[in-house]
Amino acid sequence: MTKVDKIRILVADDEPNILLSLEFLMRKSGYEVFIARNGTEAMEIVKTQKPDLAVLDIMMPDIDGYQICDYIKKSKELAACKVIFLSAKSKESDIQKGMSFGADFYMTKPYSTRALMLKVNDLLTAE
Amino acid sequence: MSSWIVILASVIYLVLLFFIAYYVEGKKIAGKRIFNNPYIYALSLAVYCTAWTFYGSVGKASKDGFDFLAVYIGPTLVAPIWIIILRKIIRICKTQRITTIADFISSRYGKNISLASIITVLCFLGVIPYISLQLKAIAESFDIIINPDFKQKSSSYLLFSDTALIVAIFMAAFTVLFGTRRVESNEQHSGMVAAVAFESIIKLLAFLSVGFYVTWVMFDGFGDIFTRASNFVSYQKLFTVKPVSGYSDWFWVSILSGIAATLLPRQFQVGVVENTDENHLKKAIWLFPLYLLLINIFVLPIAFSGQMLFEGLSVNADYFVLDIPLLANNKLLALVVFIGGFAAATSMIIVETIALSTMFSNHLVIPALLGTDYLKQYHQIGLSKILLNSRRIGMILILGTAYGYYHYISKYYSLVSIGLISFVSVAQLAPSIFGGLYWKKGNKTGAISGLIAGFVIWFYTLVLPSLTSSNILSVDFVLYGPFGIEWLKPNALLGMTEFSPIVHSMFFSLIINLGLYVTVSLWTKQSATEQNQAEIFVDIFKYEKIMDTTATWKGVASIPDMQSLLANFLGEQRSKTAIQNFATRNNLDLNQNKADPKLVAYVERVLAGIIGSASARVMLGSVVKEEEIKLAELMDILKESQQLMLLNRELKKAKEQLEDANFILKEIDELKDDFLATVTHELRTPITSIRAFSEILYDNPEIELEERQQYLQIINKETDRLSRLISQVLDLEKYDSGKQKLNLNKENIVEIMKECTDSILQLVKDKGISLQTKIDLNETEFLIDKDKVMQVVINLLSNAVKFTEPPNGLIELRVINTGEFLEISVNDNGKGISHEYQQLIFEKFFQARNQTVRKPKGSGLGLAICKKIVELHGGEIRVLSESGKGATFVFTIPKLKA
Repeated sequence: MTKVDKIRILVADDEPNILLSLEFLMRKSGYEVFIARNGTEAMEIVKTQKPDLAVLDIMMPDIDGYQICDYIKKSKELAACKVIFLSAKSKESDIQKGMSFGADFYMTKPYSTRALMLKVNDLLTAE
Repeated sequence: MSSWIVILASVIYLVLLFFIAYYVEGKKIAGKRIFNNPYIYALSLAVYCTAWTFYGSVGKASKDGFDFLAVYIGPTLVAPIWIIILRKIIRICKTQRITTIADFISSRYGKNISLASIITVLCFLGVIPYISLQLKAIAESFDIIINPDFKQKSSSYLLFSDTALIVAIFMAAFTVLFGTRRVESNEQHSGMVAAVAFESIIKLLAFLSVGFYVTWVMFDGFGDIFTRASNFVSYQKLFTVKPVSGYSDWFWVSILSGIAATLLPRQFQVGVVENTDENHLKKAIWLFPLYLLLINIFVLPIAFSGQMLFEGLSVNADYFVLDIPLLANNKLLALVVFIGGFAAATSMIIVETIALSTMFSNHLVIPALLGTDYLKQYHQIGLSKILLNSRRIGMILILGTAYGYYHYISKYYSLVSIGLISFVSVAQLAPSIFGGLYWKKGNKTGAISGLIAGFVIWFYTLVLPSLTSSNILSVDFVLYGPFGIEWLKPNALLGMTEFSPIVHSMFFSLIINLGLYVTVSLWTKQSATEQNQAEIFVDIFKYEKIMDTTATWKGVASIPDMQSLLANFLGEQRSKTAIQNFATRNNLDLNQNKADPKLVAYVERVLAGIIGSASARVMLGSVVKEEEIKLAELMDILKESQQLMLLNRELKKAKEQLEDANFILKEIDELKDDFLATVTHELRTPITSIRAFSEILYDNPEIELEERQQYLQIINKETDRLSRLISQVLDLEKYDSGKQKLNLNKENIVEIMKECTDSILQLVKDKGISLQTKIDLNETEFLIDKDKVMQVVINLLSNAVKFTEPPNGLIELRVINTGEFLEISVNDNGKGISHEYQQLIFEKFFQARNQTVRKPKGSGLGLAICKKIVELHGGEIRVLSESGKGATFVFTIPKLKA
């Protein structure tokens, strides 16, 4: 971590209540949180805020989580950005598909808040 | 006109003909069948019109008036029946690979060699005069055009001393070059057909142009000619039917020519063997008569003007067509007419000679060779050479004999009378052919007896008398009968004098032919092969589909034998490919030594196409040991094949049905999977929030009260959502499985609507929009399930609330009854629903599966359930909307009788 300021995290989901819970969790851990209620907003934040980590829902109207992940993983500027998928899609094939876009972790809903936060911390301190 | 110009024009014409044939043949080898259409087919059938028509009709009309028409009325009347008869003959010939009329008869009556040989000889005898007629026409028209001397008959002042001989030699050379390029006679001569069609156009145009010239250039139209002609008393009788024999002549000659137009070897060749598509018949049956009409239109005008123009001169009426332009000194037209007549004659000579030479080689030469050891010795060097050469020799022989007949006999007869002699001979084939097509009992002995008797009578009554004119035979024979026996007079058998010689001969020969055919057939027995062939011929439409896959043959044969047999004619490579292709088509194993009966039957059919069915059978017999198949056995085999085919068809159908059912099942299964996946996904969402906030509250006791309550509120709401979803899924399942029953009662609609609006009123007020209710009913009691109908109305109303925005938001609930229906509609002025989604929104979880339109939220099952409820009431639900202009949901419920 080379940056002096707070670690920036993007959370994207079209369910307001899930978004609320994620926001609470991230803020409590001391991260700076950017909220996206749909894919378009998420893409905008990715481009302008260059987050260090993105927690993405897959099934969102307009742009889906795969496309956002794909963008992040293909962009040189975002080389350090980690991606966690948080999705209700829980089949083995869904998980494989998610990982094929280069995601760092895949978590199915309903998720354990503790497990998620452990993973987030883990990914951010790995380097 | 200089003879060289005429010769040059003829040679150029023949070269053109050759080029057409060559070009079309080349295209066919390249895989393109150009000119393969019904018009070419009909034009090739017009080979029926020969020099007889071109020159002779006018001659006949000059002498006997309308009588010339009978030979065109016959074919015109018969043409429609071709669709039945000719189609059947074509079908038989295609499946049995029959290539000549002799082969057709011999094949039907047990593939008998002697029958084929007899018919060949008879056709020879019968058709030779007809060919000689063409030679005569070419020779005489040639003589006339180069020396148009109307005062005296053309004499021997000529370039050549004997024009007809030169013509015969020339035609023989041409036909040999033209017609014997391939071995298989069943390989169609598409080049020849194109050339013949071309000739038909030329002769028609030539005749029409001279007709036009005479009628409108030399005279003043039809009216003018006929008015002038009617002034001559002698012409008036031409328009009346002769009192004694006139009507019967018309009748019999029509029948005779109808038969001839179907069975003449050249008609059989172009009509059956060269037919590429049975559907061409449909056009040909009116095009061919039309052609006959056109080519006869100017016959009478030309005949009358000829008689008027050459009054008192000894000019042969047969050549008025040529003489008139010569008299008018229109040399170009005369040349056109000459070429037209030349075309008419050559087309006949070409087709007839090809047909006869095939019969000659297949039914005379090959059988003769089969009887000796000759074939066995030359087994290896390829019989195709022998076959080709025998065909060439046949052609030369035919034209040679025709010349001889011309030289000794035809000279002294008119064109039409020679032609009719041939017609009567060919008519002798009619009983055994038509009988063979429709009467299973007709047999070989009957056919042979009838044919021979018929031909003998024909020969006696028509040919012998013709010999007297050249002093080969004494005239006394005709005048007083042989040895002075009156009732044996060749033109008046049994003292029958009413008929003209042609009808007289036809009457006796056909009656006796037919009589013998029927009676002898009834008295004698058929051989097994004959019975089998009779069965196949008569019921060809039943059997044709299975012929290829059915072994109508029994015995032991080896594959190498089969191959070498074919190789004799096709060469090693082609026979190998042919056998391999057949084996692949029918799933046969070629690695065995023993040949499958189907293969043997196939080889026999291929051979039959080359050397005729009777010879093919004999050749096959030399290498295989055959066992006789009895009719009962054959019927069993055929029946089995048919059943097999039917079974296959049914199996295929069953398989298709099964596949369809499977597909539907799979689709249902997929739908179910889809539904389950969506339901679980929808269940996971509220659970996710519930779990997350429970954990947050548990892990963070320090959270402020207000925030805590907010989170608890969320848990509460999400729990509600979860239970709503579960009950809706269960609901839907009940409707889907048919377990849901309606609780029907007489209910007051006005009260129910009030209850609905009351329950939604708070929501409407909260959102700041308005709701109006309009009820217009002439009765208020309806038999419905109150709770369910309320569920629908409330669902629609709350949807409307979601989509309507303040401050102008307006929702209208309207209730009317139209005759048989109660109609309830909910209208809003929200953002509307675009057309593509109007059907889809009633599907379960449509929102969920179409992420882009998912907003605002609902369970995604509301409208699906509404639809089920309405349908259970026997009504319909639909939406009327345009994007941006609000939406109207309408549902109907039929009035139910209490």
